[in-house]
Amino acid sequence: MPTTTRPRFRHAAFAVWARNMLVLRKMLWSSLVINFGEPLLYLVGLGFGLGMYIGGQMDMPYLTFLASGILASSAMNTATFEALFGVFTRMVPQKSYDAMLASPLQIADILVGEILYCATKSVIHGSGILVVAALLGAVTGWQALWVLPLLFLVGLSFASLALIMTALAGSYAFFSYYTTLVMMPLMLLSGVFYPITALPVLVQNILYGLPLIHAVQLVRPLMAGLPVTDVALHLAVLVAYGVVGYLIAIRLIHKRLSI
Amino acid sequence: MEPVVDIRGLTKRFGEREVLRGLDLTVPAGICFGVLGPNGAGKTTTLRALLGLTPVSGGEVRVFGEVMPAAGRAVRARCGVVPQADNLDPDFTVIENLQVYARYFGLADAAVAERIRELLAFVELTDRADAPIATLSGGMKRRLTMARALINRPELIILDEPTTGLDPQVRRMIWARLRALREEGRTLLLTTHYMDEAERLCDELVIIDHGKILERGTPRELIRKHIESEVLEVRGKVEQASAALAGAKDARIELIGDIHYCYTRDARALMATLEQHHELTFLHRPASLEDVFLKLTGHELRD
Repeated sequence: MPTTTRPRFRHAAFAVWARNMLVLRKMLWSSLVINFGEPLLYLVGLGFGLGMYIGGQMDMPYLTFLASGILASSAMNTATFEALFGVFTRMVPQKSYDAMLASPLQIADILVGEILYCATKSVIHGSGILVVAALLGAVTGWQALWVLPLLFLVGLSFASLALIMTALAGSYAFFSYYTTLVMMPLMLLSGVFYPITALPVLVQNILYGLPLIHAVQLVRPLMAGLPVTDVALHLAVLVAYGVVGYLIAIRLIHKRLSI
Repeated sequence: MEPVVDIRGLTKRFGEREVLRGLDLTVPAGICFGVLGPNGAGKTTTLRALLGLTPVSGGEVRVFGEVMPAAGRAVRARCGVVPQADNLDPDFTVIENLQVYARYFGLADAAVAERIRELLAFVELTDRADAPIATLSGGMKRRLTMARALINRPELIILDEPTTGLDPQVRRMIWARLRALREEGRTLLLTTHYMDEAERLCDELVIIDHGKILERGTPRELIRKHIESEVLEVRGKVEQASAALAGAKDARIELIGDIHYCYTRDARALMATLEQHHELTFLHRPASLEDVFLKLTGHELRD
């Protein structure tokens, strides 16, 4: 028998990403329903209803305001849920990582592949929202397409953070602490549904130390066709959370799997 | 020739618990090598250490002459692993499992298409190529796991209890395939709790317990060295059997549970005696590896 073709290890993380994408492709239709159905409900249900009361008090239509908030927060949610439940499923009950680690793949390849996949899902889900928002007239101009690479970054950042929880989790039940105590408050307070200027200054300051508000403040002007300010600061916070999250998560997962 | 696996003085501690205590192990190329031992003896930890999947507390591990775990990626690219618990990907069909796994080795889809056809035929799953994993029987899953381990044409194949829980038909089929792989010149390293399996497959084996090698040799050598050639297993009321065997000469007798095991070089005299005792039944058989295993590792239960 001829010997093995020389493996191309540089693509190791992409093999993990491709594995997940193949699963996603199998669930294409059901995920399409979710990707378009959910934002449609939000934007029609909340946007038109609330917009009637709020309209005119902002520098943009409420539907645009809401759509940009939903875009940012859904990138967070999508990446977080995949990094919690998806990764835990593959790591613990399915033992997929045990199989991967018997190949040339290393833990870092697996985690990078997973994070890339989480971010990809954020972009796919975000594209659905963007299309729905555009059809409803909530998008002003082509510059809104910059939102997509941005959602990729938001996905990378939140996926890395969520992996810390996954590394520590003994069961799925553990994740409800994170979703209820971290994700929910972030979503309700970070200017997704209303301007954060409505909140006390102290709370506003705390929120600026957390990542979601920065995602919202980058997405919103892009959607509304307004100038984007403090780009470097917003990007820096998102990158910093991502890097720190990754470094902690990989240490914890090494500890968990290398026994 | 350089050994495929060369482990020197391997130690591994989990906190206070010492799992491996100075284990030495060399596996020559091209043979089927067995690692036997009770549960908790350190078999799986040894396999994980030689794949570079667990940090060791001391000692040296070389595979293909390369130092582990530093050379982990390169070494694992040349190994195939059949793990103890099936970890096939439930999201995929049979053939997709092989395609996806090939990518982990950096093998492009086109390059492995022919290999996958060969492997499906090798494990007799060709007609199940498009079946989802959930529809496979235990035996089919094991065969697919074996095919998956061969996707990269490994030089060293590591099998951790490959036939546990399988029916006799599948076990025999797997044995035949493992022998075929050895004929191709691949090295096989397997752990098993089935002594008949080890006796049939292994050219050489070690028995380990409490993280150390107790004995090493071919199955025949070990049996000859440790056990008399014939064994009589005597069943019946324990007191009656004890009385009947009381006068037995030239036999080493052990009572385990409610069975007397009589180890002897010539069982004829003893059998003649036992024929008189209609209340007892006995089984006459040649000494086996299991007798050696129990002698060396003791009879108490391990969990």
